[in-house]
Amino acid sequence: MMLRYLLNKIALLIPTLVGITICAFAFVRLLPGDPILAMAGEHGVAPARYEELKQQFGYNLPIWEQYARYVGEVATGDFGVSISSKRPVLEEFKTLFPATLELSFFAMVFAMVIGIPAGIFAAVKRGSWFDQSLMGTALVGYSMPIFWWGLLLIIFFSGYLGWTPVSGRIGLQFFFKPITGFMTVDSLLYGKWDAFRSALSHLVLPAIVLGTIPLAVIARQTRSAMLEVLGEDYVRTARAKGLSAARVIGVHALRNALIPVVTTIGLQVGTLLAGAILTETIFAWPGIGKWMVDSIFKRDYVVVQSGLLLIALIVMAVNLIVDVLYAVINPRIRAA
Amino acid sequence: MKKTMTFAAALLAASVLSGMASAKTLVYCSEASPANFDPGTTTGGNDFDASSRTVYSRLVEFKHGGTEIEPGLADKWEISDDGLVYTFHLHPGVKFQTTDYFKPTRDLNADDVVFSFDRQFNKQNPWNGDKYLPNLTWDYYTGMDMPKYVAKWEKVDDLTVKLTLTEPNAPMLANLGMDFASIVSKEYADQLQKDGKMADFSTKPVGTGPFQFVDYQLDSVIRYAANPDYFKGKEKIDDLVFAITPDATARIQKVLAGECDVAPYPNPADIATIKTNKDVTLMDQAGLNIGYMSYNTTIPPLDKPEVRHALNQAIDREALIKSLFQDAGATPAENLIPPTMWSWNKDVKTDTYNPEAAKKVLADAGLKEIQLWAADRVRPYNPNFQRAAELIQADWAKVGVKANIVNYEWTKYREEGKKKDRPGAFQIGWTGDNGDPDNFFATLFACSAIGVSNYSSWCDKDFEDLIQKAKKTSDQAERTKLYEQAQVIFAKQAPAFLLAHSQVYAVVRNNVTGFKMDPLGIHRFDGVDKSE
Repeated sequence: MMLRYLLNKIALLIPTLVGITICAFAFVRLLPGDPILAMAGEHGVAPARYEELKQQFGYNLPIWEQYARYVGEVATGDFGVSISSKRPVLEEFKTLFPATLELSFFAMVFAMVIGIPAGIFAAVKRGSWFDQSLMGTALVGYSMPIFWWGLLLIIFFSGYLGWTPVSGRIGLQFFFKPITGFMTVDSLLYGKWDAFRSALSHLVLPAIVLGTIPLAVIARQTRSAMLEVLGEDYVRTARAKGLSAARVIGVHALRNALIPVVTTIGLQVGTLLAGAILTETIFAWPGIGKWMVDSIFKRDYVVVQSGLLLIALIVMAVNLIVDVLYAVINPRIRAA
Repeated sequence: MKKTMTFAAALLAASVLSGMASAKTLVYCSEASPANFDPGTTTGGNDFDASSRTVYSRLVEFKHGGTEIEPGLADKWEISDDGLVYTFHLHPGVKFQTTDYFKPTRDLNADDVVFSFDRQFNKQNPWNGDKYLPNLTWDYYTGMDMPKYVAKWEKVDDLTVKLTLTEPNAPMLANLGMDFASIVSKEYADQLQKDGKMADFSTKPVGTGPFQFVDYQLDSVIRYAANPDYFKGKEKIDDLVFAITPDATARIQKVLAGECDVAPYPNPADIATIKTNKDVTLMDQAGLNIGYMSYNTTIPPLDKPEVRHALNQAIDREALIKSLFQDAGATPAENLIPPTMWSWNKDVKTDTYNPEAAKKVLADAGLKEIQLWAADRVRPYNPNFQRAAELIQADWAKVGVKANIVNYEWTKYREEGKKKDRPGAFQIGWTGDNGDPDNFFATLFACSAIGVSNYSSWCDKDFEDLIQKAKKTSDQAERTKLYEQAQVIFAKQAPAFLLAHSQVYAVVRNNVTGFKMDPLGIHRFDGVDKSE
């Protein structure tokens, strides 16, 4: 039963994957300008030379042939070589991905640590001023333009108060070869406490910025799930048994309410990676988000299309895991 | 004995620690990640800041903060009377940087110079193609027409190199000061080729410049150390760090917070804040660029200089510049070249605003309608073509000329605009490459550039004679005179409306000394010092 469910889910991924390769391939080509002109800059490039370069890069081939080539290469695990840096895309991705992962992890921790308790509290005190202001704030948080929010925090906390560093991943005086690629982990592996502290302080603002939308979503989801559960018979039974309010909420209600919350958290991975594009650009965070933005400006087709594909693969993998976990937690799903 | 050892160890530790404490580190918040560290293969200003201006040197160099040429790796050079043969005499005893990935066994010699250029055009050179890096295009080498002008590079002896040209071309010297002309180590290249690690040449650079490469964390931090063997003397700062910070607001906050010492390109909106801060200085300079609008001088009535002057006079240029550039500001252009470039003629003035006079001339000429071109791009020399077009349209309406705005996407725009029979007034601009006036005058207004980048289709015999003569004359004083005359003719003939040279900014902390704005748009850290 479980295996069939899993195979079903995987089979559904294939058309999605094909769709993504087409989108990634088409989008970069719909942008005005092309990589050859982007490289040539103000000079422009002589028509003969332009043709020569088109041929060298393979852009003279019919579009479907370029696509077929691209899919063929990707299928064999060849994600191509960056047009601008000339390094393999996969290699750059591997170097940069830990930074994004680390930032996303801390953003998620921030969102959960605040979002879940806030949601529970709002549900328990439904209709109170706290509930209403929390839901209002969550709506604002959800609608906030990340770019603006990030700059606002930088100007206030780093510029005006001087509490946090403006940007970057770690103080420039710390310099060591990466082991895992996670600054917080590597600094501990090297036994450098001050480096660890520096890495953490650099994480504060970007994690808050990136975690804001997931925080709002999680808080709202937790609240509504809690409200639903609090009205169930078994919660009333638990109360009737004379259990303490804390035990009823914390054990009986919360455990059941968390099921949809887990799914929400899983689905936020896509939001995090999308948000990383802006957050990383503002905070000079050397992750894949900033890498994608740079590549779009350089019209580096190869990096953009392969990068999009790699990011999509990760989102899909996480969603699959969430689906499976959900089925594990909630057996009713498998039957459906 | 043991005691002595302990004492010695303690002393060593103390000296190391004190050495660390006194090491001077300069942090530059750069605007983008370098593509790689081989300046022959890249084209971006940020690429060059990170490679050619730090790690490498060239045969000749631009004067720090100017466009004049001065000796670099070549102490002196001779140019033959026919202008075809350049003989360079290399500075003796120049050492390539010793790093943990390369230990040079010999000094710089003529082989390195020949190799540095040969690899950029000789298809037989293993470093020219895919064996080194995929899809190499050597954009600047071809973009500066080097294949057309260079006949051959030869080694005369270890310290003498001879360059033979196909035809006289005085701007060649300026080309050799450009980033793509950086001198690389042949010994290092040979070693990498032997070890099968050719790609390292672009990621672990070795040069003869003021700083040597230490480490690059992708998209994050580049580290350099002062080159102890630098042939012009070791730099005063010990460590140079590039903290890559793409967002302009974050970059400026970092300078204000003291997290970096120098940062380029602030947002125009932040300029007022920067000016009021007492810890930093805002430096500015007219950029090596020009925004202008070309009239097609072959189509009546635009073929008459007085009509073109009248159209210029009808435009309220001061208001236009203010509206376009706002807080960032721009230097109104009097000549095609910016005032930071040698040979700029201070006595030449372009048309001033005089709608009354213009109205009469235009009415007499019968000019009722004109096409006015606008592209969709933001360029350094014109932040908003469309807005400019609308303002000029309004100004021209006041003198009885109806302007019809023509829009295209940037690539198509230039494609259509350069056609010989393109009607009307075409907004465009230029950012210079090598600080040589030829790079402006001949590139944009030579007769041979019609249909390529002479958007005015303007071919004036007197002007042409002057700029062609200047191209073939190697004496700079003589060339200056010729270009000064050319500017007089340009102002008289008015083949274009000259807008402005956009302003370029950098923010520098007050304890930094020796940093200069550079008309070529590069950021150099040789000669820079920092007090605590």
